[in-house]
Parts: sequence; C-alpha cells; structure tokens
Amino acid sequence: MAELSITEAKRQTRNRWLLLAPALIILIFAASGPLLITLVYSFLSPGDFGGVVWEFSTDAWFNVVMERDIFDDTLGWSDAHLSIFWRSVKLSLLTTLCCLIVGFPTAYFIATRPKKQRDMWMLLIIIPFWTNLLIRTFAILELIRNEGVINSALIAMGVIDEPIQMLFTEFSIILGMVYVYLPLMVLPIYASMERLDFSLVEAAYDLYATRLKVLRRVILPLVKPGVIAGSILVFVPSLGAYVTPRVMGGGNQLMIGNLIELQFGQGRNWPLGAALSITLLAIVMVALMAYVRAAGEEEVRHG
Amino acid sequence: MDKAFDVRKQTGFTTIAMACFAMLYMPIILLVIYSFNAGTSIAIWEGFSWRWYASAWDNEQVQEATIRSLIIAFWAALISTSVAVMAALATTRTRKFRGQTTVFAMINQPLMVPEIVTAVALLIFFAMIKVATGYTGLLYLIIAHSAFCIPFAYLPIRARLQGMDLSLEQAAADLYATPFQIFRRITLPQLWPGILAGAMLAFVISLDDVVITEFVKSAGQDTLPTYMLGQLRRVVTPEINAISTALLGISITMVVAFTLLSKIKT
Repeated sequence: MAELSITEAKRQTRNRWLLLAPALIILIFAASGPLLITLVYSFLSPGDFGGVVWEFSTDAWFNVVMERDIFDDTLGWSDAHLSIFWRSVKLSLLTTLCCLIVGFPTAYFIATRPKKQRDMWMLLIIIPFWTNLLIRTFAILELIRNEGVINSALIAMGVIDEPIQMLFTEFSIILGMVYVYLPLMVLPIYASMERLDFSLVEAAYDLYATRLKVLRRVILPLVKPGVIAGSILVFVPSLGAYVTPRVMGGGNQLMIGNLIELQFGQGRNWPLGAALSITLLAIVMVALMAYVRAAGEEEVRHG
Repeated sequence: MDKAFDVRKQTGFTTIAMACFAMLYMPIILLVIYSFNAGTSIAIWEGFSWRWYASAWDNEQVQEATIRSLIIAFWAALISTSVAVMAALATTRTRKFRGQTTVFAMINQPLMVPEIVTAVALLIFFAMIKVATGYTGLLYLIIAHSAFCIPFAYLPIRARLQGMDLSLEQAAADLYATPFQIFRRITLPQLWPGILAGAMLAFVISLDDVVITEFVKSAGQDTLPTYMLGQLRRVVTPEINAISTALLGISITMVVAFTLLSKIKT
C-alpha cells in the first residue's frame, strides 16, 4: 500500500512537470534566459559597431555612474547619467504624488457608491487601463501640442496669440504618465477602501471628530496598505517608462528607459546598455519587495 | 428640514472623482471625434467625413502592419493560452511542491520586469541567434509575444480552476473515467470561459505592445503600434486618429467581453 502511494506521488510529480514544461521552455527562451545573457553582456567590452567583444571588463558598470575625463584621464561622476537618473526618479515621484492626489478621492468616491453601481464605476477605470498605452499617450499629445486642441481653442478665443509650449517639457511627461498609470493607483486603493467599515467612521463623528480628522485619523490608517501598493504600482512602471518620455519628451527630456535605448542605437555601447538595464531591474525589484510586504500586511489585517 | 448627516461624505472628493473620469475619457473622446474630421487638422473641426478611414484603409504600410499585428496576436494568444492551460492545471489544486516559488516567479516575470529591460534582453539574445542562423522572420516576434502573454492568459484560467467544484471530477473518477476523459468531458466544459477570457486578454496585450516589438523586430517588420510610433515624428493627420480609433474599438470590445466572461458562474 505504502509502495503504491509512493509510485502514485512520483507519477503526479512527473505529470506536473510535463504539463509545466511548454510554458517554462517558452519563458526560459524568451524571458529568463535573455535576462541572464544581459547580465553576462554587462561584463563584456563593446564592439565597434554595436554588439560585444568577448573580453571581460567592468567598464560598463563603472560607466553607469562614473566617467573618465577624455583629456586628462581623471575620474569623475558622470553628470549626464546622474542627471537622467535624477530626472527619472523625480518625475516618477511627482507622477506617483499626482496619481495619489487624484486617485485617492476617486477610489473613495467609488467605494461609497451603492453596491450595484460600484462595478460600473470600476469598469470605467479599467477600460482605459486595458486600452493601448501608445494611443492614450497620443490622445494626450494631441491635446497639448502647439497645434493641438487646447492651444487652438485658446487662440480662437483670443486668450493667447502664440501657442503655449507644453509639449517636450517635464510637465508633459508627468501629465502623460499620470494619465496612463492613474488606474494602477485607483485599483488597489479601492480594493482596501471597499472593505472599510464605516461604523468606525460613524463612531469617530459621534466623538465629535471633524471630517478632516476622520480622514486623517480613521480612514487613511485603515487603507494605508492600499495606498502603499498603489504608489509602488505607479512608481515602478514610471521609472522604467520608455514610450511616454519618448513621445511627450521629444528626445530632450531623457529618462532611464531612453538612456538604455540610446546605448543600442547611436551609442553603440551594448555592455553599458546591459548594465543600465540590470541597474533599473534591481531598483524595481527593491520596490516590488516593498509591495509584496505591503500586500502581505493587507492580508493579515483583513484576515 | 436639515439634510441627514452623511458619514461617507468628504468635502471635494466627488468633484475630484468627476474631474478624474473627465480627464480619463476626454482625450480619448476628442481623439475619436477628430478621426472624423474633414480637414487635415487634428484640432480644428471642418465637418464630418470618413476620408481618413478610407485613406488609412488604402495605405499599403498600414495594411501590411495590420495584417502582421493580427498574425502575431493570433499566434501569441493561441500559444500562450495553450501552455497557460497546462501550467494552470499543473499548479492548482495540488499541495505545495518543490520548485513552486521558482515556477510562479518565472510565469510572472513578464509582469515584474520593466518592459524596456525585457526588450533589451531579447534584442541581445535574438541578435545572437540571428547571426548564428541567419533567420530573420516573424518567429522571433511570435515567441517574444507568446512569452509576455503567458501570465495574462494564466491568471484568469487559474482563477477559474480554483473556483471550480471538485465533486464532479471525483464522481467521474469513481465511475472509472480516465484522467483524459475527465479533463475533456468535465473540466474543459467548465473551464472554457476562463480559457476564452485568457486568450482574449493575451490577444489584446499582444496587439497593443510597442516596446518589445520595437526592439525585437527586424527591418520592415512594423506592427500597427510601432508604425504609429514612427509616424508621430512627422506631421500627423487624422489618419493616425482613425487607426487609433479602430484599435481602441477592438480593445474595448475585448475588455468588456472579458469582464462579462469572468462573471459567468461555474
């Protein structure tokens, strides 16, 4: 009998891996494997016309934040790279903040609707999220470009004579990223808000709390995990954004994603591009671990 | 009489929420409206016309890109959904097994790793293969798309499997049905809304992809989104709006159908 169950367990294990094999093969071939090769590439020397020369070198990693002066060979911080990193972090944080300011009240609004209406409101949030990111970026672009809807309308009304330059600025990148990532903020905040027990709010009012106090001392602490989750979900793709800064920044306002692309185009420095990619990945992984922790906290809280 | 005190009210929240919905939809609605513009401007209305749809339809580059997009999305959806069904069967309703964490990490990798990083990794890897084999066809794009579509197909299928009642399968097993018979006659009929939902999600995700396609494609392999990205640098006419509107139509139909499918009860 015991023997039978052992062979049975073995058979189950074999079947499981047979069923998993096709998915894992595709993923190894077109996801995990290439990532490992990228890591290897970051330790090689760049070829003259793109590609790599198979010689070990740590130059690429060195060049991520440092540079050697071409005239006197002295070491220094790479101002160009550091300013792009700084812009990426700054714009991503501002995007997260704007999404929070708009997304929190929106999630609250949806969570306080009658039960039957909530699904409809949530669908309105989800639909833009599943529509093409490029098209949504493009929709914003058409709105704010010099010959776009806003400027044309303002000129027609005689408010301004010259179009206001909104495109190709940091403002336009933030606007574009807020627009495309806003649903990622609303979804998790709504998820924790939906389970909010409003009798606690009522109790606070009975104890003469003002609306602001209730918001700060009762509601916010209870939905904090959702707020953290939403912030990370917006921050992570913003940091790695490529399409939005390319379209809205017009090549003047580079972010990390564009800097990486540059190494494979004009820069012809594949190892540096690989090292920058791994750096971005590492930052994102740290943020995602914080997310997993916040999500875990949420589960414990609501049991 | 005083209005009853509403404990749920927060001053200004409803206004911000309404502004949020307006902000989400206004640009898209304007984009759709100007796709019907008779003039060449994307901002000055000159009357209704279908001319930009006609011109997009007649544009050979758009035709080729559309067909290419659809071919890739079809194969990517088919491949990713088939392997996702098998993977979902292997990972639900079992106890924790050795290597489970690694398997989940691998399946979800495309969701966690920034697209630009995956794109660059694929560029490097496929460049090696292209040099070694000389093959530069569509297969690279199809495999790349299949890989990042797997988690999108896997998650709804797994959710469906987890919600299914086991007693029917147990009854079938008691009546001496083989595992394959059980799968075909019991599991599959209950699972199909999940499979269809997963396939549709994968199709939309593949159809919309810009970044990975941009890096993996060989010369002359533009899909509709990469074609549009290339056009944005030039003077844009409402033709782009017309193409966008058509793509939006497909996506929204799929998302609404997906939502309805995931509500079908087991």
